[in-house]
Order: sequence, then C-alpha cells, then structure tokens
Amino acid sequence: MKNTLKSTSINRRSFITRSAAAGGLLAIGAPSILRAQADRTLKVGTYGGYFQDSFNEHIFPEFTAATGIAVESIGEPTGEAWLVQLLTAARAGQAPADVSMMAQVARLKGEKAKLWAPLDEAALPNAANLPDHFVHRYDDGTVNGLGAVAWYITLVTNTDVYADAPTSWKALWDPANADRLGLLALATNSFLLEITATTWFGGTQILDTEEGILQVMDKLAEAKPNVRLWYRDEGQFQQALETGEIPMGQYYHDVTGLAASSGKPVRSTFPAEGGVLDSGSWCVSKASDKITESQEFMNYMCQPDVQTKLSRFVGTAPTVRRELTDLTDDEYSAVASAIDPILPRYDVYSDREDWLNQKWSEFVAG
Amino acid sequence: MTTLTARLKGHRGAAYPLVMLVVFFVVPFVIMLSVSFFSRDDGAFFQPAFELSNYSRFISPFFGKVLLTSLTLSAAAAIISVSVAVPFTYFVTRMRARWQSVMLVFLLSVLSLSEVIIGFAWSTLLSKTAGIGNLFVAIGLMETSQSFTPSLGALLLGLTYLGLPYAVLVLYPALSRLDPEIPEAARMLGASPIRSFFNVVMPMMRNTITGALILVFVFTLGAYLLPQVLGRPQHWTLSVHITDQAIFQSNLPFAAAMAIFLMLVSLALVGISTLLGRART
Repeated sequence: MKNTLKSTSINRRSFITRSAAAGGLLAIGAPSILRAQADRTLKVGTYGGYFQDSFNEHIFPEFTAATGIAVESIGEPTGEAWLVQLLTAARAGQAPADVSMMAQVARLKGEKAKLWAPLDEAALPNAANLPDHFVHRYDDGTVNGLGAVAWYITLVTNTDVYADAPTSWKALWDPANADRLGLLALATNSFLLEITATTWFGGTQILDTEEGILQVMDKLAEAKPNVRLWYRDEGQFQQALETGEIPMGQYYHDVTGLAASSGKPVRSTFPAEGGVLDSGSWCVSKASDKITESQEFMNYMCQPDVQTKLSRFVGTAPTVRRELTDLTDDEYSAVASAIDPILPRYDVYSDREDWLNQKWSEFVAG
Repeated sequence: MTTLTARLKGHRGAAYPLVMLVVFFVVPFVIMLSVSFFSRDDGAFFQPAFELSNYSRFISPFFGKVLLTSLTLSAAAAIISVSVAVPFTYFVTRMRARWQSVMLVFLLSVLSLSEVIIGFAWSTLLSKTAGIGNLFVAIGLMETSQSFTPSLGALLLGLTYLGLPYAVLVLYPALSRLDPEIPEAARMLGASPIRSFFNVVMPMMRNTITGALILVFVFTLGAYLLPQVLGRPQHWTLSVHITDQAIFQSNLPFAAAMAIFLMLVSLALVGISTLLGRART
C-alpha cells in the first residue's frame, strides 16, 4: 500500500511539472460523470492522474451525497496549458470546467486576464478557515480563488551518509557538501530564490527588484560547486538519494516520508527557515453559469474535515489551520510542519517571467 | 485539359511521396516557422504576429556558447561512433552470414531502447554505489568506488551508444558490397592488413562514412535527455534549453526560434561537409 501511494505521489508531481506542454496542443478529455442522475451538476477540473483519481475516490462522492450536486470530473493538464484552454473557451462563452485547480503562476496570469469569476464571500463562510495567503483577491478585494491543496519542499538527506539531520538550509552552502546536492533545475519549481532570500537576506522582500534578485542569485551561486545534479525528473533524484549517490538535496516532504516509512535510508527535515509551501488553488471560469454550485463546492472543500481527509488519503498539507483539524501529531508531521513556511513569490515569476528564466538559465548553465 | 489529366496520371506515383512530404514535413515546419515569429502572450501561449524578438533574444553570448557546446558534442559523438563503427562493421561483414545476422539483430535491438532507458542505465552503471567502480575495486584497480557521472565523458559515452547502431546500419550495406578481392589484391601487392584497410578500404568508403557522420551528428543534436542525466549544466545542449522553454516556460515562440536556428546551422554544416566531400572526389 505504501509503495503504491509512493509511486502515485511521484506521478502526481511529475504530472504537475511536466504536463503543460502536451496539453497545449491536445484537448484533455475523458470526463467521468459521477452520479449523473442528480439534477444539479458541476464540472470540476483537477490535475489529471493521481489527483483526479484520488478526488474521484475520496472526495467527489461525499460532496455529491452532502449537497446533491453531481460532479463531472475533468482531468486537466496543469499550469498554463489548461489556462490557455480556459481563456480560449471563455472568449467563446464556454467553460470546459466550472471550477479548476490551478497552479499558482497560472492562477495569477488568469487573474491578470480577469478570467476568474468574482465570488461572493458570503457564500464562502469556510474561507475563514484558510490563512490569508490561500484566499486570492482582485485588487478591489473581491475573492477570485481559494487554496485547494498544498505540499512542502524540504531539505532531505540520506541517513546512512548523514547521521544527524541538518538544521538549516545553510547546509546547501556548506563546503563540506561539495558535489553532494540534488536540486530542482528550474527557478519556478525549485523556489531556490525564495530559499536563499529567506536564509541569507531575512525574507523574500529582496526579490521585489531585479537588483535584489541578482544579488540573491549571486549568493546562490556560492552553492553551485556543491550541486551534483540539477534535476527535472523526480525519479532521477529520489533514486540517487535513496542509494546515497547524491545524499542531500531538496525534495517533496510527503514522498520522502513515504520512502522512509518503507525502509529507505532517507529523511525529510524542515529547516529552521521553513519548508517551501507550494500549492494549487480553486478558481471559477467567468464563462461558467454554475457560480452558485462552484461556490458550494469551494466552501465544502475548505471544511477542516475535508482537508483532514485529503491529508490522510492524498498526502497533501491541509490548507486550513492545523488546530481546526483532528490530525494526530504523526499524521500532521507526515504532511506539514509548525515552522512558518517559505511562501513562493509567484508574483515575481508571473511579472518578470522571461527575464527571470533567462537569468536563471545563465545562472545554472553558465 | 485531357493532356493535363494524362500528365497528372503519369505522375501519380510521384504524388504519393510529395503528399507525404507536404503533410508530414512541410506543414509542421511552416507551423513552427510561423510560431517562431509570433509574439509571446502574458496570459496565453502566443499571439499571431511578426516579430524578430525571439531570434534577437537567441543571439547572445550565452546561447552562442550553448549552440557551440551542442555542435561540438554532436560532432565528437559522431566521430567517436563512426570510428568505432567502421572497423566493427568491416569485421562483421567478414563473418559468416549467420553471425552477421545475429550481430545485426543485436544492434537493432539496441535501437528499441529509448533515450530515457539508455540515460538511466548508464547513470546507474557509472554510479558510485551500483556502478563499474565497484567492479574496479573488486579486481584491485581502484581503492574505493567512485562515480563517473555526471561528466563530459559519461555524456559522450551515452551519445556514442545512441549513435553507434545508426552508424553501423549506414556502413553495413556499402561494406558488405565491397568486393573482398580488392583488399586481397592490396594484400597480395604487399600491403599489411592495417595498411590495406586504411589505404584501400577507407578511401572507397569515403562517401558512406561522411553519410554516417552526418546521420549520427544530426541525430545526437536532438538528444535532450542524455545531457540532463549524464552531463553537468555546462554540457546542457540547445535541445535541453529548447525543451525547457517549450515545456516548462510555455514559451513556444522562443523554443521554435531556437529550433529553427539549430536546424539552419546544422543544415549549413551538413551542406558544407557534403560540398567538401564532393570537391575532393
């Protein structure tokens, strides 16, 4: 069971990071209608694969039972491919899905394009369970999205090579770790700029300006001699971490925990500066004529017991505050931590996209 | 009118390759070419437009270096592959027919492996924990096992492995058609086997060898996974950067512009080498 969950978790994230391109050219389909006999229906888009399967199994049937709204589950490519499909469809007055789970940069781009339907806060009382960073608003304060699922990227080590767990992200800069690190290869999925800024510059505010970003890159460059592998494929790093070939790096907290519990010599540590909290959010296409049902769905998803269920069965960190859940300490630490998270600066990636990508390519490969 | 139909009828056979070429090559190429001039859109993928910014972004010292890396790596892989393939194929063609088919089937089966499998297999084989380093320790060549990847050598090894079967397949027909009496005549005139191979067989094979070099060169230019798995970031080829732009940054116009540029440069190089080959013969 653990093993199946482990491999599916990997599929989930690989999907998140890689599916964008294919989806841009191919419409993603295969909707499965659950309980179609109900009168009220709602098309819900989730990342295809692991997330969609988990939601079909653990979440949608109970939602339908609780509200009488039948869910048509749509598997979506993540990121911008789905955003493009939603945008194009909305121009024609169509909504391929009413509610969609969106990666944060894509969500921000949709926000800029005013793609998301403004929502009625009064219909979303459970949004109060979420921290502010999971309640997304237009400039005028109108809600346009709510946090859906979240997960952490942490500092991971091989326990055979490192008897003691590292305590700080500063370990990435330690000359003793020369040629021993595996880091994610892209600015937009590694969040190394945020990690560096928080560790050495007291927070991510320095990323507000281009000069600041370059200063952070210079600091990160000092860690480059320690990097053995810049990975895009998770399987590549996980295997190397488990064998001790590459004994330290950044990786997903939940997947590392599952590997550890199946006997692999690995551990995930929340450094003192915090783990990186990445997430997906629910947004409603403005072309949808099911705003009421969409709000009901989003409100339902923000209930502590639904979030608890997601943590237990899907392995995501709860988007609601911990004290609202009945997760045991073990269950909670399997998916999250009490240390304040490092929040990715998605706005920077969205505002300075090409400039940042160019600088990042030059930084890594230069 | 009747003459036109008659003429068309006569060319019906030629229409088939023409249609295939248009549908599967010209149309996709024109789409890519147009996308390379499109404007990148903030909210969406791209907007139809005509701008040169994608190309001007590419013309920079950084991408110049990346392009040079790609070309050098592929050229090196082509030279190594063909250098290994020529004697290999020559000896295979001198084997008995049954052994020849065994060898060729074995090589063809290598073609069924994807770049992913080849990359991960080599990275395991060259690793510290599970790789040949342990073998070297066991037979006393090394004190402690070490990792040979990621490195330039590992990457070249992977690319050569990828290109070798193609080189052999190009060389095999020509070498097997080579009249055995020719090198034998050279031997009878007093040339050593090595000398007859280099002075008689090789010059006769010049065009085929050029063809094999070009094929491996062009084929390995497209490798985007091996450089990530077996190489360090400074060995990431243009294909890796194209993949990053197309898949991860959703910047299809820029990816298309880079792909066009890569194609033009490799076409030019292939053209030059063909011309040089022709001039010599």
